[in-house]
Parts: sequence; C-alpha cells; structure tokens
Amino acid sequence: MNLDVNGQQRSIDAAPQTPLLNVLRHDLGLNGAKYGCGEGQCGTCTVLVNGAAIRSCVTPIGSLGNARITTLEGLGNLERPHTLQKAFITEQAAQCGYCISGMIMTASALLAKTRNPDDAAIRAALDGNLCRCGTHNRIVRAVQRAAKEMA
Amino acid sequence: MKARASLGGRGLHRRRLVQGAAGIAVSFALTPLAAQVMAQTATLTPLPGSMNTYRRLQGWLQVGADGLVTIFSGKVELGQGIATALIQIVADELDVPMDRVRLVSGDTARSPNEGVTAGSLSIEQSGVALRHAAAEARALLIAAARERLGNRLPAEAILGTADGFVTAPGGERMAYGELASSARLERDITTVPRPKPVAARTLIGRPVERIDIPGKVTGAAMYVQDIRLPGMLHGRVVRPPSPRARLISLDESSARALPGVVSIVRDGSFIAVAAEREEQAIAAATALRSSARWDEKATLPAADATLFSGMKALRSEDTVVSRKTDGAALARATRQVQAEYTRAFQIHASIGPSCAVAQWEAGKLTVWSHVQGPFQQRADLAMTFGLPAADVRVIHRDGAGCYGHNGADDVGLDAALLARTTGARPVRLQWSREDEFQWEPCGSAMVIGMRAALDADGQVVDWGHDVWSHTHSMRPGDPDGDNLLASWHLATPRRESPARNLPQPAGGSDRNAIPLYDFANQTVTNHLIPEMPVRVSALRTLGAYANVFALESFMDELALVAGADPVAFRLRHMKDPRARAVIEKVVAMAGWKPGAAPTTSGGISRGYGLAFAKYKNLAVYTAVIAQVSVERATGVVKVPRAWCAADAGMIINPDGFANQMEGGMIQSASWTLLEAAPYDRTRMLARAWSDYPILRFSDVPRIQIELIDRPEEPPKGVGEGTQGPMAAAIGNAFAHATGVRLRHLPLTAARVKAALA
Ligand code: FES
Ligand code: FES
Repeated sequence: MNLDVNGQQRSIDAAPQTPLLNVLRHDLGLNGAKYGCGEGQCGTCTVLVNGAAIRSCVTPIGSLGNARITTLEGLGNLERPHTLQKAFITEQAAQCGYCISGMIMTASALLAKTRNPDDAAIRAALDGNLCRCGTHNRIVRAVQRAAKEMA
Repeated sequence: MKARASLGGRGLHRRRLVQGAAGIAVSFALTPLAAQVMAQTATLTPLPGSMNTYRRLQGWLQVGADGLVTIFSGKVELGQGIATALIQIVADELDVPMDRVRLVSGDTARSPNEGVTAGSLSIEQSGVALRHAAAEARALLIAAARERLGNRLPAEAILGTADGFVTAPGGERMAYGELASSARLERDITTVPRPKPVAARTLIGRPVERIDIPGKVTGAAMYVQDIRLPGMLHGRVVRPPSPRARLISLDESSARALPGVVSIVRDGSFIAVAAEREEQAIAAATALRSSARWDEKATLPAADATLFSGMKALRSEDTVVSRKTDGAALARATRQVQAEYTRAFQIHASIGPSCAVAQWEAGKLTVWSHVQGPFQQRADLAMTFGLPAADVRVIHRDGAGCYGHNGADDVGLDAALLARTTGARPVRLQWSREDEFQWEPCGSAMVIGMRAALDADGQVVDWGHDVWSHTHSMRPGDPDGDNLLASWHLATPRRESPARNLPQPAGGSDRNAIPLYDFANQTVTNHLIPEMPVRVSALRTLGAYANVFALESFMDELALVAGADPVAFRLRHMKDPRARAVIEKVVAMAGWKPGAAPTTSGGISRGYGLAFAKYKNLAVYTAVIAQVSVERATGVVKVPRAWCAADAGMIINPDGFANQMEGGMIQSASWTLLEAAPYDRTRMLARAWSDYPILRFSDVPRIQIELIDRPEEPPKGVGEGTQGPMAAAIGNAFAHATGVRLRHLPLTAARVKAALA
C-alpha cells in the first residue's frame, strides 16, 4: 500500500485497518504524532489529511487512498522551521511538549482556513486538544504570533 | 519582557539531551562515575546542595580537550525546564556559552544519585552543587593558566574568564580545552572558590530559551516513546479488571495464533504480550483479555461522602507535628470556629501514557525510562529480579509530564518482565490510556479538620489543623518493600513497602499543614492511615494542595467572622516580610478593593478570592487572586482570570519560572473544578478521558504573573508553588461570589448546584 506522507510516496507493508498513527511512528520513524489515548479523545496524534486536522489514531490507513498526509515533520525542521514552530519556540510554548505536535497541526489547519483568528476562535479550534501541563495560554499566544507573521 | 538570551550558534540544532541512538550506545564501562564519586562523608564539612554526598569535582563537571563542558546531574527533565536551568547556571558561573555545555542526567551508570526529581528541589540540590562545581573548575582553570604563563605574568596580575577562555591582562587568551589536561580538576570540591557575586552574573536571572523546545516542536526523537532499537518488539499488558482481582484461567491459544506475536508472559496474575508491531500486540492483548477469567473482590471504599467518615474511622498513626502554647492568649478566646474540608482521590492523568524500553544482555538489564528517580526504580527492579543493583542500568529519557509518581516506574518492570522472554531483543511497552487511568497511583483523598478561637478583637488566639490521609509517597526505592505494580501480581508476589509519612519540615500528608501565620497557640496533627484500599502515591505537592485549600479557606471564614477584609486579616497575622510582600503585590496587580461587593447579572455571580502559601514552608512564596464566575442555574464555575505574585529567592530563569507557576495554576484549576477519580466498590472506573475530564482551552483562566527577584537569597523550587493557593483562591472567590462556602474538592457543577439550591 502507498501513502503520500510529507510530499513523498511511501510504500507501507501493513494491514489496511492499521491506524495511521502506528504507521507514521513505527514504519516511517516519525516522532511528531504521538499516542495519547488511541480513541480520538486527546489530539496528541493530530496530523493533516488534505489540509484537514484528523486524529491519526482512529484513521485506518486503508481509508486514505492517495490523500496528502502532513505531519509535524512535514511543516518544517530544525534548520528550516515553519512559522508556527518558530512561534512556539519564541513564546516558549511547551512544558513537557507531548501535546505540542497536536497543537501545532490543529493550529495549522485553523490558520489555513482563517487568516487572523481571534482568541476565542483559537481556543475553540484547540478545545479538543488536551494539555496537562497548563501551557494553554502560551500555546494561544504562539498561534496568534504565527497568524500575524503569516498574514 | 526582556530579550531572551539566545543559545547562539546555528539556529535550532539539536543539542545535548537529544541523544537518540548515540546516547543509547554508551557502554557501561565508559564512565562509572557514580561508583568513583561515592562519598566518604563521615567527618567532612557539609557542602552545599547534593555535593555533600558526591564530593569529587569530576563527578559533577568535566572539561574536555575540545573545550566542551560535561555536567552530571541526578535530576531529570520532566518538562519543567530543569535541564536548561542547570546548563544556564554552569554556563554563567564558568563563563562558557550554553551550547558548549552538555548535560548527562538520570543515568544510573553515569550520574550522581540525587534521589527523586520531586518536591521542587532540583535547583536547591543539583543547581547549587553545580554552581559550586563550576566556580571551583573556573578557579582551577585560572590556576592552570597562571602556571602556564609562569613568570611572564606579574604576580599581581588578575586573570579573568570569558566565553570559554582564561584571559590575561595583555589580551592573551587560553581556551579551556587547552588548559583542561593541566588543570587539577580531579579532586574533592573545597568550596573555597566562591560563586560569582550577583553583579558579575551574565545568565542567571535572565530568561533563557529552553534547550529542549526546538526538538520538541519539530519532531526530534526526544521522548522515551521515540526510542527505536534494532530488533525492538512492542509490548502490551493485560491487567486485572480491578485492584485485587486474581487470575483464575487464561486461554493463550487464540492470541498465540495471531500475526506477529512473539511472546506471551503469564506469571501469576501478570499477563503481557510482545509482538513485532504495536497494533499486533494490542490485538493479542485484546484476545488474551477476552479469554481471561478473574476472581474479583469488592475492596474499594465508599465513593460518596461516607468515604470521609470511613477514613476517619480507620486505624491511624497520629503525630503532633507542631504545637505552640500560650495560656494568656488562650484565655482571651471569645469565639470558637470550626470546619471540615475534604479532597477526593485525584489522578495524575499524564497526556502520554507511561512507556519504557527494556533489554536483557548476558543477564544484565537496561531500562530506558521517564521516571523521576532512576536510582530508585533501579533498586526495585533489582529487588524484583533478585539482581545486584550493578546489573541493572536505568537511563532517563524525557516523557510526557508526570506530575508525581504515575505509571512510569511500573511500566519499566512490565517491559523488563516481557523482555526477559525475548532473548536480546529489546521491548518497548507503552501503557494504553485505560491502563494509565486504571492503575497509576492516585493522590490520596484527605479529610482536614480546622478549628480556631478568636479574641474580642478578631485576632486568632488558638489554631488547630488535623489531617487524615493515606500516604503521599509509595515510590520505589524503599528497602522494606517492592513498589512496582507488576511485582504484586506475580505467582510469587512481592509486597509493597509499609506506608510512611514524609517527615517535617517538608512533610507528606501534612505538607503545608503548619501555618506560616503567627498564632499564639496551635496544634497540627497528622493522622496517617496506613491501609490503602485505593492505590496512592505522590501527586504534585502531596498534601499541600488540600492543606492550603483548607487553611486558606478557613482564614477567609475567620475573616468573615471577625468582620475583616481577608487581606488585612492575613497581614495582621503575618510577620514574614517576604510573605507580606507577595500578598501586597498580588493585591496591587489585581486591584483588590477591601469590601468590594460581588456582582450578579444574567444568572452569573462573580467574585474574587485570595490565598497565600510558602510551599512546604521552605520554598517559593506564592500569593494568588482568582476571579470566578458561577452560573447559578447549572452550577458551572469558571475562573476567567487569575493573578499570581511569587518570590523564590534568586531567580535562575524568569521565563521558566513563570511557565511553571502558570502551568501549576491551570492544573490546580482543573483539579479544583473538575477532578475526582471515579470508582465503585470493586473497580476503578476511569478508562478514557471522557470518564475523567480535565480543563480545556475555552475554560483556562487568563493569568498574570509577577516575580520578585532576590538575587542575594538562595534559589528555591518553584514547580509546586501555586497549586494550593490557586485552589483556595478559587474557593474563596466562590464564597465571595455566592455567599456560600464549599469545603469539598472538587467544586463540581453538581455539588455547586446542590449547594446553591
Ligand atoms: S491519541 Fe489520537 S486522539 Fe488521543
Ligand atoms: S506541554 Fe505537557 S501536555 Fe502540554
């Protein structure tokens, strides 16, 4: 089976019902998307499929066809970070950081649709993403900063 | 905000802690420093921080010929930014850029044993030790440079240091790397060279970017969950359905026939499976679960309010932890007030379920782990397997925030039990969300009885505080028992250690039960309930969260009785100037007005509440004001805004400090408004986030924080300063808004609605 991940065609040897999250982590060695609950309830596994934020833990790879899949690694890297990634660094918007990939991916889907979301719109978009360290307000500030820089 | 010091150099390159495969390949033989630096403590003078037990300088700090400085710490990164703070301290003291400092932390083969990373002690212990080690190394490097320059250097010339060089008056510079071999760094620490005076500090006190954040926001292999070793298998456990259940029968055959299954372990009531792929391990675990038959027992306590009367009826070990008497003051008492407060069992609920990787080679075990105490986990692993500690190595890697003793230690044993059956193939095992909710230890439920007497002037003349609680620490590392979950389920079960209370002055159940206010008479009694029907251990702040909630709620209740403003009432009982300063500061920040009336409009009542604590009576001073809104029809309480003023002595990294304080306030708001572990008489009932909701973005308070810097005071821990004051500030604000006092945590909508009806 072939998947389009971060702009590359990847051939995957896994059953079609395998969750996308497992394929990203264990077959493709990507660390961004994380296992948090496996039930679509926390958002740590969020990636983009054709630009929409989805929960990769409950998305079987067999359902993806040739959709474009983007993970945290597909946005940018240490050498060339994405505006959102830079904004999270500037705002120091992480404590343990385990939730942050999901936050950035969800925010990236939001910013693709909404050019200058206000505070309430950012919070609403991120409401399904859980953070236990209490980094929420910094995360909102990072998204606002990125939105300004991308506008 | 001041500009943050950049790490310099090449953008966002992975640094230091991001070790991936290279870090993992380090062999046992490389630097068994922990062994070399074991202390000969007996008659030596006390040294600062953790240096008392590890006196060899090179056990803390080494300078390579390449000029790279390697520092060793027993404290580990838990998302609190400690790695950055330690590097910042050393870079400042040694005058070397931060990106030239590498940290080795939490590796039982390489790091000093500094106990558990808990109780907000890392800066006080490891940070202070490393600051002195760096000061000592700096002096030795200068001495080596002086020797090298010989009589070219006038005796009175003063050498300096900058940017990784020793500098001489003529402009001559010698790199630390060149001096490393002749500098006599292999010796005991003397502490004769003193750390820099405040004015000479270049990094301490400035906001510095966390070294781990670039990797964490770009998907670098930062976490134990990201470890991938050659031939690595994936594991899952099949736990009993309830805490005291025992396995009667299990049919392994259908699981064994599933694709990818490599090994199934059944030992007593412990069941685990390893497979080539994680989803295969999950499928096999599901098959095993459906074939398992269990004998369950109804051993859990009542889940309703009778829990608390039941707790008080259990056998307890009672200790008076503070007593003051003054008969004359007592004789002035005119009014007696008392109240009882409670707190439910609460769950750490880390976002990332616990995970470990284990590998056996030639009878020796290595575990990669996100525990708070690598040496303590090693001790219990060695005990379970009957191995000498030297045959077990625990290597810390970052995990998701743990907030105390969660499943991180247990999962290491699970992985090790499974890996024992897979030859040299390592096993990575991550608990399911359900495993985490069902089995991690809870923060203990608590009952707190408060009583006070006031005199005719409304001054407190007598004070009583009684705490009934299970223990708040059942961590590994206790020689009298094995505190790893799976060890209790084995065919030859191990026994957990006896319940103990951490002693004062820090305290466990009674942490922050002793008031910082000046009361002429006081009796503070801890009632430790040794029995543990619900699994309990350390949850961030231990008993302090509920004790501060009770103490500071009660102060407001007394102020009401005395007809005083809560702020004025506190200040007239408080002498400590630093405590007064944070209270006065937060009052100014929030624009607190004595006697300001609450407001109600559109069915929503709003009010303000203040609370104060000095964490453990030893660490950060914190005052919090919360604004709450109460929707009277539904009972939903929200905290739109909160303010915090804090003083932790010398500030190392103000941005990291603020981040920790704010995170604690939000977590506390979540505990306080929403969280109680659900259970019935047999089973723990939380399996998914839907069973244990936590605060979400739309309900998170907007927070303003101000820090008081005291550069001449020793630095104090900050990670646990706000949880207690935030809870009490919310409770006090609720009482201000509604005129109704709620004394039971959490302040759920159902409870609020009933109270307002
Ligand atoms: S892991 Fe996918 S939503 Fe939690
Ligand atoms: S930063 Fe730790 S869960 Fe969000």
